[in-house]
Amino acid sequence: MLSITQFIVVSIVKIVVALGVLLTAVAYTVWLERKVVGHMQNRWGPTRVGPFGLLQPLADGVKFIFKEDLTPPHVHKPLYIAAPMISLIFALTAIALIPVGGWISVAGLSTPLAITPDVNIGLLIVLGIASLGVYGVALAGWSSNSKYSLLGGLRASAQMVSYEIALGLSLVGVLILAGSFNLREIVEAQSGTFWGFIPRWNIFAWPPQIVGFLVYLTAAYAETNRLPFDLPEAETELVAGYHTEYSAMKFAMFFMAEYANMITVACLASLLFLGGWSGPVAGPAIVRALLPVFWFGLRVFVFLFIYIWVRGTLPRFRYDQLMAFGWKFLLPVAIANLIITALIVALRS
Amino acid sequence: MLHLLLFLLFGLACVAGAVNLLVQRHPINSALSLVVVMGSLAGEYLLLGAEFVAAIQVIVYAGAIMVLFVFVIMLLNAGEEERTSGSRVALLLGVPGMLIGAVLVAWLLVERSATPAVAVGALPGDPQTIGWLLFHNYLLPFEVTSILVLIAILGAVALASQPGMEASAKKEG
Amino acid sequence: MVPLSYYLVLSGILFACGVTGFLIKRNIITIFMSIELMLNGVNLSFVAFAAEWQALSGQVFVFFVMVVAAAEAAVGLAIIIAIFRTRETLNVDYVNLLKL
Repeated sequence: MLSITQFIVVSIVKIVVALGVLLTAVAYTVWLERKVVGHMQNRWGPTRVGPFGLLQPLADGVKFIFKEDLTPPHVHKPLYIAAPMISLIFALTAIALIPVGGWISVAGLSTPLAITPDVNIGLLIVLGIASLGVYGVALAGWSSNSKYSLLGGLRASAQMVSYEIALGLSLVGVLILAGSFNLREIVEAQSGTFWGFIPRWNIFAWPPQIVGFLVYLTAAYAETNRLPFDLPEAETELVAGYHTEYSAMKFAMFFMAEYANMITVACLASLLFLGGWSGPVAGPAIVRALLPVFWFGLRVFVFLFIYIWVRGTLPRFRYDQLMAFGWKFLLPVAIANLIITALIVALRS
Repeated sequence: MLHLLLFLLFGLACVAGAVNLLVQRHPINSALSLVVVMGSLAGEYLLLGAEFVAAIQVIVYAGAIMVLFVFVIMLLNAGEEERTSGSRVALLLGVPGMLIGAVLVAWLLVERSATPAVAVGALPGDPQTIGWLLFHNYLLPFEVTSILVLIAILGAVALASQPGMEASAKKEG
Repeated sequence: MVPLSYYLVLSGILFACGVTGFLIKRNIITIFMSIELMLNGVNLSFVAFAAEWQALSGQVFVFFVMVVAAAEAAVGLAIIIAIFRTRETLNVDYVNLLKL
């Protein structure tokens, strides 16, 4: 057990590392998206700045810092300035609850590889933070005091609230199988294999949560306002939706919040459906502790690649099609998945 | 000691948010202070060991009901409140009246402070126990509230739909 | 350690603020929000007593209060939108005629 000062120091180190990794991941997810979508559209993507355009995010960051931060005169100033901060704060806070590996022991101090050790209701808190993230979008649209922003803000927040329900319900099947809201326990319930070679991930478990996984995937695209559900921020539809009136650093905050939300959703999917950090481990103790982080990162990368792949492939939904899909198709499918999973688990035991 | 400090911190945030709701004239500021009150109340619930209730408070109350309020304020373009004669009378009579009532109740409660201290985490407010209670002892109220929510959905859709929409939908066919 | 009366005083303060808001405010949405504030104060009372008497029924009842508050908020806001469509005002002082 760690003493109070040790706990504080270890936590600060973990926060610094996690934030550093998250912000770098956000920047390089943008690079990955531009390259992948570029190649899908038979063009190169960024190639000039650094080898393979790898320094492009750095150039973009410098551009955002040096751009003029214009505050239009007709906005409601306090909320205009606070809205991107609210979006970014809630997007970055969710990473505190995501465990990325087992325990690690360095210099006699052992600590779990997560910023918050063992929270009994970890999954519920992540869902709560996601539902609070709607405020950034709604307040940005309203405080900008322009018709495109207001419409985009209203549409985006209505869409996020509607798909939150399908998102939550798709996760209940996993909860029934694992019996706990604790993210670490859910991952540990997926360790081991069936018949020696099929890993006991939740999409292969009995009953297989593949329907839950697909519902979660779709609801996550809508929750993070990504194609094919990105009508509220599409240029051809609403100029730029709720971030029309924002420039430079405030726009960069919305941008970062969107990609940070994508990464959080990808981490949750890896933990709940794809087995977390399970994978072959070998070697000395420190490598044994860090290798699961690599397996976890691999799953997150695959999930992000699927996100970007869908963005490059599918056309955009119209808003009424989007809302009808969320309420009339996705929600009943999630409820049906829940009922069938609960029946099978109840009849099995 | 830390328990008292955290209680005072969250309590101050609650009271500041509640007073700000009364003082602000634009409803959007009142709505955001109410969100702050609900967040600090979730902290208070955590101090009382009710972790599931705290999470549900954030998800349902602060994350859904208050978003509904903010939507309606944005849709109806609510502006700042105007001062009418009725509001001046209410201010003059209502605030002192409530202050007297609140001070009286608070004095009574603290006078009878033979109440024991509440320990953190003594009561297991985990989801499993609450779920068991909800689906075994309180099954009937649970089903009745689900019917209540269904009626509320139907009522809200019926009230908010425009009277001419059915006719125009039939015309477009 | 925090005695129970502190939690009850906080709950009472929130309830009093809710009632004051209900009495002095003229915007109907703010009046509605004061009602929600009153319900939150009562929820805190429930959870505090559940902790003192070691009875989880207090916390279960908070669920029912939240569900009822959600249903009431939905229907109430729909009514407000319906009133706004005809009267074009959100000030309760001007909604004083039975005739539309």
